[in-house]
Amino acid sequence: MNFGVIVFPGSNCDHDCVHVISSVLGQKATPVWHKETSLAGLDAVILPGGFSYGDYLRTGAIARFSPVMNAVKAFASEGGMVLGICNGFQILLEAGLLPGAMLRNKSLSFMCKDVHIKVENAATPFTGLCESGQVLKVPIAHADGNYYTDPVTLAALQANAQIIFRYCTPDGKVTPDANPNGSLDNIAGIRNAEGNVLGLMPHPERCAEDVLGNDDGRAIFLSMLDALKKAKLKTVVV
Amino acid sequence: MKAKIHITLKSGILDPQGKAIEHALETLGFKNATNVRMGKYLELELRETTKDRAEAEVKAMCEKLLANTIIEEYRYELAS
Repeated sequence: MNFGVIVFPGSNCDHDCVHVISSVLGQKATPVWHKETSLAGLDAVILPGGFSYGDYLRTGAIARFSPVMNAVKAFASEGGMVLGICNGFQILLEAGLLPGAMLRNKSLSFMCKDVHIKVENAATPFTGLCESGQVLKVPIAHADGNYYTDPVTLAALQANAQIIFRYCTPDGKVTPDANPNGSLDNIAGIRNAEGNVLGLMPHPERCAEDVLGNDDGRAIFLSMLDALKKAKLKTVVV
Repeated sequence: MKAKIHITLKSGILDPQGKAIEHALETLGFKNATNVRMGKYLELELRETTKDRAEAEVKAMCEKLLANTIIEEYRYELAS
């Protein structure tokens, strides 16, 4: 499979994503400069973490107007899998591919530490190899991860099982103390209504292999690969 | 024409920076300061002399880029 990794000016987790896709998953990783206008030939797209455009104005606010974002929107509307990590999540929010917005962390601090997240929905292409309720230890590194949306949208996210990851204690309890940034409903990651676009603040690409002492993040990439393979198989059968 | 644009978090949305500033003010003895809200201020020159058209353009800029209307509200003043 061919995973595209979008590179914005200021992205700084793009190489980590390319490394995980190529060295850990053994798949093709294609860096895609933000000026590109086509994503032809890609099976999935990753918007990596970083500080696109220096986080000027608001996180993701300027990157969403990069030429490649029209192609990302088209790719998503055709059902293509799009994963946004940290700044990638913020860009997806600003672009309207996911609902809501990010506020400054409640603590006002840049948080850089391991957190625990609970897989709330394992029936997605991003979590298919996880168990429902499974707890993953994944690092966060952000100043603006305090997810906010209006009550109507939040109710819809909850009703449609669109909240995929919630911050939790190591034993899986979703408590206010386990919430590192003040996110509404302990939200760490959500998907769109169609289910093919996922954004999350923690960095699974930073904990996807044994040598790093933590490979919990690998499950997300392996799930994507598994979903892509199954989808391709289905196409061949049809 | 010159536009002065103010962007703040909507009322009701927690403003952690405003809160931190409020605490700092309180510590300094400014006990009367409450509900501190932190925002952004932008100034720009418009190559447009008609007020209606300038206003429509500034509004479009705010809606499309300058403010995120999910969490922020904006107001502006226009002066020639």
